[in-house]
Amino acid sequence: MTASTLEQVRNVASDILGIPADKITAESSPETIENWDSMQHLNLVLAIEEKFGIQLEPEDIEQMKNIGAIAALIERLQSAAP
Amino acid sequence: MSDSTSNPAPAERNPSNLRAEVDGLIAQGAFDLAARRLAELWRRDPAPGTANFVTSRLDDLREKLGGKLALTKFRLAILRSFTVEPIVPLLRAEAFAYGIDLEVHVGDFNTYVQDMLDGQSSLYRFAPNAVVLAVRAGEAAPELWRDFADLAPQAARQAAERVVNGYEQWIGAFRKHSQAALIVHSLERPSSPSLGVLDSQSETGQSGLIRQINRELLRIAEGFHGVYGLDYDALVARHGSEHWHDERKWLTARLPIAAGYLLSMAREWMRFVVPLSAPLSGRTAKVLVVDLDNTLWGGVIGEDGMAGIKVGPEYPGAAYQALQRALLDLSRKGILLAVCSKNNLDDAMEALEKHPGMLVRAKHFAALRINWTDKSQNLREIAQELNVGIDALAFLDDNPFEREQVRAALPEVAVIDLPRNPLEYAAAVRNCAAFERLTLSSEDQQRTEMYVAQKQRAGAEQNFQSKEDFFRFLEQEAELEPVSDLTLARVAQLTQKTNQFNLTTRRYTEPQIAEMAKQPEWHIFSIKVRDRFGDHGLVGVAIAHDQGEQCEVDTFLLSCRVIGRTVETALLAHLAESARQRGRKRLVGWFLPTKKNAPARDFYEQHGFERQKTDGADSLWALDLESSTLRCPDWIKLKVTTETKPGGMN
Repeated sequence: MTASTLEQVRNVASDILGIPADKITAESSPETIENWDSMQHLNLVLAIEEKFGIQLEPEDIEQMKNIGAIAALIERLQSAAP
Repeated sequence: MSDSTSNPAPAERNPSNLRAEVDGLIAQGAFDLAARRLAELWRRDPAPGTANFVTSRLDDLREKLGGKLALTKFRLAILRSFTVEPIVPLLRAEAFAYGIDLEVHVGDFNTYVQDMLDGQSSLYRFAPNAVVLAVRAGEAAPELWRDFADLAPQAARQAAERVVNGYEQWIGAFRKHSQAALIVHSLERPSSPSLGVLDSQSETGQSGLIRQINRELLRIAEGFHGVYGLDYDALVARHGSEHWHDERKWLTARLPIAAGYLLSMAREWMRFVVPLSAPLSGRTAKVLVVDLDNTLWGGVIGEDGMAGIKVGPEYPGAAYQALQRALLDLSRKGILLAVCSKNNLDDAMEALEKHPGMLVRAKHFAALRINWTDKSQNLREIAQELNVGIDALAFLDDNPFEREQVRAALPEVAVIDLPRNPLEYAAAVRNCAAFERLTLSSEDQQRTEMYVAQKQRAGAEQNFQSKEDFFRFLEQEAELEPVSDLTLARVAQLTQKTNQFNLTTRRYTEPQIAEMAKQPEWHIFSIKVRDRFGDHGLVGVAIAHDQGEQCEVDTFLLSCRVIGRTVETALLAHLAESARQRGRKRLVGWFLPTKKNAPARDFYEQHGFERQKTDGADSLWALDLESSTLRCPDWIKLKVTTETKPGGMN
């Protein structure tokens, strides 16, 4: 995982969740961040799809357990893209 | 030089720098600049994350500034059959860029029928200014959408009728409970009809019936004031059904629209919100000021000459013709066009008058500023010449440097960001919500001609010894009549847009005027004026309210293009005369001063009214109807249609 993808995901999450980016780590998850509820999760999915130009399958979304997992998923999808 | 390549663009601020700058400015208390940078951030990066940043900082600013936040508050309720929550921040950020502080109420899933029928529902408690009814075909007409193949033709037609009857009933109930505007989504046609190409062979196939429902929805909307159709079917088609839809999100989160198109949905709603909020803000883009070189035509006339500039039916000139067609369409909607260009006058006029590829000509422009002066100064002069506020101007220029200068010097001007590619210019103008209108009066359609006649009138005025000679020469004819279905839209529009000669500046929507007109003690008059130079159309409104022995002037206004021609005296004299005939003893009225209505300040005093009391800057004036000698000036030929309460107004 490159720092830049993680960095970009942290910035998007910071906007969506309304938390400073430096308070968000690869381990941040719905368990550690209070207002990361299901609606915010949807907002995060949409913001990531828009930003990275990808479409996430329901199975992908299930894997989005924390910020690090989201960044890893994006990189996997981007490298699989033609 | 207006060639965009010859000027350096203003220092690029990137989105992450802008975020830090906004937070810094808020911390320093520089709130106005913070708001401007926040709007710039949204223009540069209109993405979901940015929308959340913008709305959260907007909430900060509102908290810090309280009532001083210079935005128009607008309350929008969304009744829906699908997930709209992720669209709301995009919508609020987009509204902020138009100077609107949008508060949004989202109804529960599929409770729109109860919400509209029950006068006590959360919808009505929210007291919205406007309501969007965003229901999809799958939920509004499930039989037609999902199970169409099972339906016999007769049953399918009946199903369509039931859908239409439902809408008619809910909308009728809504209008009983609320005077808010209502925006009704049309139903989209299926991208893959159940019978394949066979479906398109019949008017009563799946697509045909949905089309029929949509036609009926428009018929219903036309039967009410303030009910409008949003063509969702066309919106989806414009972006492409395959792109617009995201089946995964629909099945997992009830969100039918793909991430990349949520902003398009928000922007479509804004095309209604912007014109609907105009009565509250008093702000409407009335004039579009355009640059010439590389905007109206390709190239620089001063360097490339008549043969070198590009405008015509072939590429690349066709891109500029497409823009010119968009401008002409705006002018047909009553938006005035003006030119502001750094050029030699003769060069520019030759192209405007004689270039064979030009579709817009000098006669389409109500004002021209072709010189080497600073553009913001020219914009000020154009506003003055056309008798509109600076905030009624929009500005179109290919050069980012000029745009940024105008934004900095005149933040009230609506500056349109043109894309880099001229092929996209026309769409940028056509999609700009600032030019949307929800009703069109005949005055709107003839406005440019009227301004040209106005110029001739101003020229004539200088040749007369006395004002009275000039008034007689004008041969004014005025027609006074009570408001009717035919004039309702224009009457409401005038209350919303008139700022200068307006004694009370009370803004009314069409449904409010219609409601008032039904009350026997309220009297609403309009005045139309013609003179030897042309027809001004419907230019004045007076609303009076009988209260026992007196009649109170609720609203008295006159469009700026006829101020000072004694039409106002004719209208006031009629108000007095009709009140006297109804047995009233006094005519009273408030003058409520605003930043803009100084031209009306001495109106009551000049017409023999006496000051009764003052309340702060406000003053109440009265005229004794028994002793008053107020009459219509003899140089105005007046035709009065007697009052009949309009019937059939909803």
